[in-house]
Amino acid sequence: MYEFLQQLVNGISLGSIYALIALGYTMVYGIINLINFAHGDVMMVGAFVGFFSITALGTGVLPAMVIAMVACALLGVVIEKTAYKPLRNSTRIAALITAIGVSLFLEYGTIWLLTPQQRSFPPGTFSEKYYYLFADNLVVSNKDVFVLISSVILMLVLQYIVKRTKTGKAMRAVSQDREAAMLMGIDVDRTISLTFAIGSALAAAAGVMVGIYYNTIDPLMGIVPGLKAFVAAVLGGIGIIPGAMMGGFVMGVLEALVSGYGSSLYRDAVAFAVLIIILLVKPAGIFGKDEGEKV
Amino acid sequence: MTESVSRRRAFVTSIALLATVFTVVQYCIATRLLDVYYQINLFMMGINIILAVSLNLISGFTGQLSLGHAGFMAVGAYTSAVMTTKLGYPFPLAVLSGCLAAGIAGILIGIPTLRLKGDYLAIATLGFGEIVRVVLLNIEYVGGAAGLIGIPQLTNWLWLFISVVITVLVVQNLIHSSYGRACLAIRENEVAAEMMGVDTTKYKILAFTVGAFFAGLAGALYAHYFFIIQPGTFSFFRSFDVLVMVVLGGLGSTSGAILAAVFLTMLSAGLQSFPEVRMVIYSVVLIVTMIYRPQGLMGNKEISLRIFRKARGESDGLTRGQEPL
Repeated sequence: MYEFLQQLVNGISLGSIYALIALGYTMVYGIINLINFAHGDVMMVGAFVGFFSITALGTGVLPAMVIAMVACALLGVVIEKTAYKPLRNSTRIAALITAIGVSLFLEYGTIWLLTPQQRSFPPGTFSEKYYYLFADNLVVSNKDVFVLISSVILMLVLQYIVKRTKTGKAMRAVSQDREAAMLMGIDVDRTISLTFAIGSALAAAAGVMVGIYYNTIDPLMGIVPGLKAFVAAVLGGIGIIPGAMMGGFVMGVLEALVSGYGSSLYRDAVAFAVLIIILLVKPAGIFGKDEGEKV
Repeated sequence: MTESVSRRRAFVTSIALLATVFTVVQYCIATRLLDVYYQINLFMMGINIILAVSLNLISGFTGQLSLGHAGFMAVGAYTSAVMTTKLGYPFPLAVLSGCLAAGIAGILIGIPTLRLKGDYLAIATLGFGEIVRVVLLNIEYVGGAAGLIGIPQLTNWLWLFISVVITVLVVQNLIHSSYGRACLAIRENEVAAEMMGVDTTKYKILAFTVGAFFAGLAGALYAHYFFIIQPGTFSFFRSFDVLVMVVLGGLGSTSGAILAAVFLTMLSAGLQSFPEVRMVIYSVVLIVTMIYRPQGLMGNKEISLRIFRKARGESDGLTRGQEPL
C-alpha cells in the first residue's frame, strides 16, 4: 500500500513535467496541425540555459527558470519563422520531416558546441529536504513539492492566458479556422508565433525541472521525455489543453508504477505500447471527439 | 523500330551493364585493389541502397511516413543471425527467414497502425522501432545490450549484388503494376483513391510488408558482414539516416534513392571522425531540401538508359502516357 503511494508520489512529479511538455505539443498541433518533433529538444536547450545561468551567472533556481523560459520562447519563435513558416501550405509529410530535421539540428548542434558529456548541477543548487510521512513509510522530497507546485502555477497561468486574454481568444480562433480568423482581422502569423513562444517557454520550465529532479543534463536528454510527452498529448486528445495535462499525469504515474513493480528496463517501451493501444481504441484521445474527415 | 525490339535491346544492355559492374568490382576485391576500408563502405552502400529503395516504396510511392525502418532491419538481422549462429542453419535459409520475419512484423504492425493518418502513423512506427530495440535489449538469449557476437561473415559481394538487384527489380516492377498505381493513388489523395474503389488499407499493408521484407534482407546482410549486432545499431537514428536518403533522392524516385544512398554513404564515411558534424549537416540538408524542394532533389524523375536513347532521338514507347504526378 505504501509502496503504491510512494510510486504515486514519484509518478505525479514525473507526470507534471510530462504535462508541461505535452502542453507545448498540443498547443502547436491545435494551431497548425504539426507534430513539433523538436519540442523535446527545446526542453533540452531550456535545461542547458538554466544550467549555465546557475553555474555561470550564479542565479538561483527560480531566476534561472525565468531566463530559460525567455530564451526558449525566442528559440521557439526563431524555429517557427525559419523552418515551419515556409512550409505552412505544403504537405504534412514535408512539415513532419522538417520538424525531425530541426530536432536533430538542436541535438547535434548542442553536442557540437558543448560536447556530449553529461553535466550535473553544482551541489547546493537545490538543498534537498525529505519529509517522512506515515511512520516513515512514505518519503516526499521538497523537489517533488517544488516540481508539482511550479507546474500547477504555470498551468493556471496558461489557462488564464488562453481563456481570459485577447491573445488566448485569437489562439483559439486560429485553431478553429485559420482563414475565418484572418478575415476577422486576427494577425495569424503573430498568433502562431506566440503559440510557439508560450509552448517553448513551458518546455524550458520543464527542462529546468528535469535538470533539478534528476540532477544531470545532456544534449540528448530531450528525446525520450519529448516522445513520452507527445504520447501524453495524444492520450488526452491532441489539441486539447486539459487533455494534455491529464495525459501527462497519467503517463507519469503509469511509468512510475511500471518501473516500481515491473522492470525499469521496460519503462520506455510502456509509453509506446500505450500510444499504439490508444490509437487503436480511441485515436481522438480520451477528451477528444471522433470527427469525420472533411473533404 | 518496334517497341518490343527496343525493349529487348534495353534489357540486354542492362544485363550487360550489371554483369560488367559485378565483374569489375569482383575483380577489384579479388586482387585487393579495394582495401578493407573501401570494401566496408562498398557493403554499407549496398545495404543502404536496399534500405532506401524499400523505404521509398513505403514513404515515397505510397506516401506513408515510416520512422521504424531500423526496427524491421533489426528483426531481419537478429532472426538470421540466430539461425546461423545459434541454430546452425545454412545462410540462404537464414536470410530468407530474416526477410520473412521482418515481413511478418510488417504485417503485424501494419494491420493496426495503417488505419492511422500521416502523423500518427509516423509516431506509431517510431514507437514500434523503439519497442523492438527495448525488447532486444532485454533478451539474454541474443546477448542483451552487449549484442550478438561471433556471427560468421557470410555476406560476400555476390550476395550483396544480387540482393540489391532483386530489391530494385521487385520495387520497380511493383510500382509499374496495378498495385503500384493504387499505391500512387493513395499517396496523391487517399480519400479520392478510396472513392475510386481502391482498398487503401490493403495496398498500404502491401507496401509496408514488401518494404519491411527488404529491410529484413538488409538487416540479414548487415549482420553477416559485420560479425556483431547490437540493439543500439538499430536505433531511431538509423531509421532517420534512411529517411534522409529517401527524402534527398526524391520521394518516389528509385534511382534518386540509390544515388542518395551512394552519396550519403560516401559522405558519412568521409565525416566518420566527426559524427556530430555529420548529423548537423544531415539535419540542415533535410530542412533546406524540404523548404526549397519538398519533393526531393530528383522528385519522381528516374534516371535510366532511356535518357541516352532519347539523346539519340529515338522514340520511347514506355514513357508515353506517364504524366508527372
